[in-house]
Amino acid sequence: MIKIDVDMDKCQHYGQCVFEAPEVFQLNADDKLEYQAEAPDEMLADLEAAADVCPMQAILITKA
Amino acid sequence: MADSAAEMSGVDAAATDAPLLIVGASMAGLRTAEGARRAGYTGPITFLGAEAHAPYNRPPLSKELLQTEGQGHADVAFPIRSALEEGVTWVLGRSAVSLDTARKVVVDDVGDEHPYSALVIATGLRPKPLPIDDHGLGGIHVLRTLDDAVALREVLRPGANVVILGSGFVGCEIAATAAKNGATVSVVTQSRVPLLRAVGPLLGAELRRRHEEHGVRFFTGESLFGLVGDPSVERVILTSGVMLECDVLVVAVGSDPNTEWLGSSGLDVSDGVLVDGGLRAVGVDGVVRPDVFAVGDVARYPNPLFDDVARRVEHWNLPTETGKRAGQLIAAHYAGDDCETLASAGFAPLPSFWSDQYDAHLLAFGMTYLADRSELVAGSPDDECVVEFYRGDSLVGVCGIGMRSAVQAYRTRFAAPAAAV
Ligand code: SF4
Repeated sequence: MIKIDVDMDKCQHYGQCVFEAPEVFQLNADDKLEYQAEAPDEMLADLEAAADVCPMQAILITKA
Repeated sequence: MADSAAEMSGVDAAATDAPLLIVGASMAGLRTAEGARRAGYTGPITFLGAEAHAPYNRPPLSKELLQTEGQGHADVAFPIRSALEEGVTWVLGRSAVSLDTARKVVVDDVGDEHPYSALVIATGLRPKPLPIDDHGLGGIHVLRTLDDAVALREVLRPGANVVILGSGFVGCEIAATAAKNGATVSVVTQSRVPLLRAVGPLLGAELRRRHEEHGVRFFTGESLFGLVGDPSVERVILTSGVMLECDVLVVAVGSDPNTEWLGSSGLDVSDGVLVDGGLRAVGVDGVVRPDVFAVGDVARYPNPLFDDVARRVEHWNLPTETGKRAGQLIAAHYAGDDCETLASAGFAPLPSFWSDQYDAHLLAFGMTYLADRSELVAGSPDDECVVEFYRGDSLVGVCGIGMRSAVQAYRTRFAAPAAAV
């Protein structure tokens, strides 16, 4: 399992992460970020890509 | 020796223990190393970095870090992923001064030689200097590095008279941060409106309005004529003759690529390092160097999403995109795979930029500054809006204030191949 943490104090809701891993990250109707806290190991590359493109570097990916 | 050397491929080069050498301990360099590891390169990697710091994220330098006392490297450092915990050497605080592609060696500023099996050029940009003589006065700042930001933070005090030369992203973001901190801010720019090239006249005018609402004064169509003060700047004189009180002068008039050290390398460094679709450096002779790559802000490459003109593009996501792409090629090069086919597939990243100024959250995709016209398609600039950018009939960019979902939805509209590739 991979654990996903987004520092919501840092997150500016740009949604760059959404494009890399839409299964985990979404912008809701108010343009605010929503995400799942866990994902299967196969998604590691996508999740790292999402962490890479976050302008605020707010996404932390850890292998649980 | 000569015979066997002639037969050597990239594979054999890896057999010597020379590392993959990445010059520039930057975000682009880091992403390249990660990309190479992900694509299967397991050999040694050496980073040679001019700054004393391991790679860090630059955008907060003009925002959070600039206004938050006590923030430093730990607040902006990129995490080092497990793939880079082994086999990586960091040589920091040393700049490269020359490259010898025949001997495959980079020389640093204390005279040490760094041999390589493949080389990545990730030396980035540096701010252009003050366009007039600074007479060695204090109080003159630029913002590119972490150390620059910390030095500037010290002097952006409430009540300080801050003059910013230039109205691009860096100038505008510093203006917003300084104004929020209670400084008296003047922006001096040759342009009619701030961020004109990046966001066009409509959004530029709106951003100016928002800055003015926060007390920032604009002196447009202006440049600096002279400085007054000793030992630090106290006043600046504009070309129109206007004189402004000035405790802090920030020079934010663009950047130059750090390519001087490549002067005798035989590479085409006429404006950054020219690379092909595989991020492989091209020589002045027009020949691709299969073992030299350039990534990030210093690389100049064509983007088939738009046209076949090679450009340097300074948007935030491109260090990551170029690094990933170069990483694939590097791994293929070491593995002895067919790099030509891989490179000829082209490289077509969608540039993306974003900027926070007061409560305006700008988000853009594409190459807005290629546009000859822009069009408001949703919302209203003084609130939230979306603006499309066209060159002739083709959409080349989109930029929004707020309305992030609407702007994000444009990403797929740039996917069509350009007419000329
Ligand atoms: S990319 Fe980063 S800032 Fe943007 S929504 Fe995702 S977590 Fe938030």
